[in-house]
Amino acid sequence: MDNSYNAVMSRRNQIMKQAIGLDYSQFSLSDLAFDYEKMMNHGEYSIDRIVEIQKNQGVGNTPLYELKNFTEIARKLAPAGKGARIFVKDEAANPSGSFKDRRAAVSVYNAKKNGYKGVIAATSGNYGAAVASQAAMQMLDCIIIQEAFDSKGIYQPEIMEKGRACETYGAEVIQLSVGPELFYVFLKTLEETGYFNASLYSPFGIAGIETLGLEIAEQCKEIAGRKPSKVIVTHAGGGNLTGTARGLQKAGCSDTEVIGASIDLTGLHMASDNDFNKKSFTTGHTGFSVPFTTWPDRADVPKNAARPLRYLDRFVTVSQGEAFYVTEMLAKLEGMERGPAGNTSLAAAIKIAQEMEQDEVLVVQETEYTGAGKHINAQLSFAKENGIEIQHGDPAENVPGENIIFPKDPSLINVKEHSIDKLRNTYLKNIKKNFDINDLRDVDWKFLEQELNCTKSHIKTLLGKES
Amino acid sequence: MSKTYPKGSFVEIQSEILPPGKRANHLPEDTKATPLTMKVKGFLQKPSKEGETIKVKTVIGRIHQGVLVNPNPKHTHDFGDIIEELFDAQKSFKKFLKEGGDSNG
Repeated sequence: MDNSYNAVMSRRNQIMKQAIGLDYSQFSLSDLAFDYEKMMNHGEYSIDRIVEIQKNQGVGNTPLYELKNFTEIARKLAPAGKGARIFVKDEAANPSGSFKDRRAAVSVYNAKKNGYKGVIAATSGNYGAAVASQAAMQMLDCIIIQEAFDSKGIYQPEIMEKGRACETYGAEVIQLSVGPELFYVFLKTLEETGYFNASLYSPFGIAGIETLGLEIAEQCKEIAGRKPSKVIVTHAGGGNLTGTARGLQKAGCSDTEVIGASIDLTGLHMASDNDFNKKSFTTGHTGFSVPFTTWPDRADVPKNAARPLRYLDRFVTVSQGEAFYVTEMLAKLEGMERGPAGNTSLAAAIKIAQEMEQDEVLVVQETEYTGAGKHINAQLSFAKENGIEIQHGDPAENVPGENIIFPKDPSLINVKEHSIDKLRNTYLKNIKKNFDINDLRDVDWKFLEQELNCTKSHIKTLLGKES
Repeated sequence: MSKTYPKGSFVEIQSEILPPGKRANHLPEDTKATPLTMKVKGFLQKPSKEGETIKVKTVIGRIHQGVLVNPNPKHTHDFGDIIEELFDAQKSFKKFLKEGGDSNG
């Protein structure tokens, strides 16, 4: 068989179909539109069933903690009478140490049920450990493919740690140098093995996160006696945001504002060998969140189930220095050693709580485990080795890849607001590149209204601006 | 002469997946100039020396071929150096919590 790059890529559709076991054409409504809800509700995966599967596999039911000292700091900074109660969902309490176990539990369950002998995931993040851990529990083989080191052979320490965790859970770990052709290796491995594609973006994977939104709603009611007013989600590929928002809606929290927060890595190119080791955060950053929000179907499945613009009420960014600073705050003021990547939304919470009434509830939706390589000191040491300067001052002045600026004090923790319309515009630009938009039918308009969570007339205005 | 590692030793191998000229088109120039390299760990299928092209069997029983680059692939990542700047950070938020800042509302 021809295993050259072009030959394997041209077999992409047939490899994917076999590896995910789902015929996406059944959801198609037109060239452009597809029935998203039909796809999400496909098969047996109702939210009740997912709760059951996850319970069986030791996943979920993580604690919700109130961060009283964080709240006090926000109140010191807020106008009189303002400053919401800040809570954090301790997803590090899942078996492999992150919310990713929720996605992996359902994906691996699905693989086992459909007779696959093994599972494969292409991920440098916590998802690898999650899939490996769940595969271990289900006695399936597991292969994790990571983008791990640069052309000099230097590994990002966080990815090294993730690789170690995957090996601990019994996976074969394939580590690659920088480049999007990881996808080629991924396809080739799926084809060679016939294993299941435990994609981050399958309907199973995304539906697995809905329980997180559901638990937040239930726990807020139990602990604080009310619904969360705002939930902040660390935003990367879009699954975390999509699944959590869907879960909140299913739990009757349609009015809860869903805020995505990413680390701003503007200026660093995600496919650049030189830039690879200049970033201190390997996920939860704009290098994933912006492209995936504005073009979800760049994913490793025909139709991505993570479609953040359907649910995103607000999008903010924070700097690497702010996320590190709150990681230190979480350890020293709340006694929780977590992250750092999961703490992106925690940094945003300090600022956003200040806008809210004191009796309101603000939930930071995840933590992740920490350890060697992932640890704040490991990442900052690595940054220094790569010529990044660590400073104290105003993080707004940071330049990703050149410096990391800790806020001089908590008053300098801030968020940068990003226009949702700008994201919608980029989404529409991508639609225009791939489809003829002069010939849209009613079904296409309806799809776009759902995709962008706005009216047809608003989309027309946006398109007018674009053309 | 370099050491021979016995059959069954758990080692790391490296192989070139795509040479610089055969990579995807849409890459930044710096990445395009380098090969796509792969590393994987497994058990030696016969006695081998560092630098030899050999085969390994992974923990799930798959065979990979590559150059033996690391006969002892232990995990070397750690908790990093002491970061003095973090002590100042700690001082700043603890002081703020106790005394409040200039912008105390």
